[in-house]
Amino acid sequence: MTSEGPVAPSYQTGMSASGNHQSANLGDILERVLDKGLVIAGDIQVNLLDIELLTIKLRLVIASLETAREVGINWWESDPWLTGDSERLKNENRELRARVAELEGEPEPEAIESGEVNGD
Amino acid sequence: MTDDYGIWLYAVTGRADPAGLGRLPGVAGEPVRRVEAAGLTAVVGDVPLDAFGEEALHRNLEDLDWLAGVARAHDAVVATVPAGGPVVPVRLATVYRDDDSVRAMLERRAADFHRALERVTGRTEWGVKLFAAEPTDEPATADAGPSRRGAGTAYLARRRAVLAWRERQDERAAEQAEKVHQRLFSLAAAGRAHPPQSRALAEDNGRMIRNLAYLVDDASGTAFAEAVAACDRENDAISVQLTGPWPPYSFAAMEFQ
Repeated sequence: MTSEGPVAPSYQTGMSASGNHQSANLGDILERVLDKGLVIAGDIQVNLLDIELLTIKLRLVIASLETAREVGINWWESDPWLTGDSERLKNENRELRARVAELEGEPEPEAIESGEVNGD
Repeated sequence: MTDDYGIWLYAVTGRADPAGLGRLPGVAGEPVRRVEAAGLTAVVGDVPLDAFGEEALHRNLEDLDWLAGVARAHDAVVATVPAGGPVVPVRLATVYRDDDSVRAMLERRAADFHRALERVTGRTEWGVKLFAAEPTDEPATADAGPSRRGAGTAYLARRRAVLAWRERQDERAAEQAEKVHQRLFSLAAAGRAHPPQSRALAEDNGRMIRNLAYLVDDASGTAFAEAVAACDRENDAISVQLTGPWPPYSFAAMEFQ
């Protein structure tokens, strides 16, 4: 394929001293300060993994969906708005068929649904 | 210290007086200061426990806006610490009761800290993100001549060709990504792979297929940056983005506990 102007590497200023990256995006910062860095026991223990909502939000923000699924965060898979559960699809299908039948002048959509109608 | 304040830990560095300290406020807007022990300097700030205590942290960390501000402030302090020297960044939300507690921790872990500092001395962390290039053109539609069969069949054939082409593109992207990693890894002292970020955060650069971090000798910094630019130019199925320089977050882990 032809590559139309690949994204140029974005060099940040201040290459000499470590850390001049104010323009870094929030995701890059969050994944570092929350997931990386030295983990040592403080007197006040805050296990970041225990913070459920935070974890879910961050997993959605930072990680790919695959990664989130690996760590067991998969609520969207049971959300009918996201998955389109089959019952809803069936209903929608029924309605659409009825509508098509109506438009084509077929008087009885039920007959179509039963699969017994032969052609026109 | 009164009971109402805790000691927030940002980073641990060597004895060298961190010149940058005090330039930036900490996570609570507090002035950042030092606690020293065992030839080490802990960079800390006094934070009110009503916002940074255990219970309050559990509540506040759920607030993504609050978290974003604290994360940026924490990172900004860590980034200004070294003033040319090595630093071990500490993960967010590490809080002690008082300075003695911090000193005791420094003494207990002194050997590990010195080892970790040694590992990152004279080195910088760089982030390299690899994106699958956006398909800019569909494949030349397989012109098998006008088909005797119907338009539906032609459509399916075309559809199949497009899908097959996309699959080839994915394979090529994966191959090029692996080559890029090998090349950059050969220039680095260490490398780590992180989970790719979601598209929402990738800022319109497309689908991220690799999220890598390298610890690079400062002497090799220029060569590394040039290699990244070359990798971006030479590989048509991916784009290569450099971030940093970062404090060595990805390489701070010490092998203990």
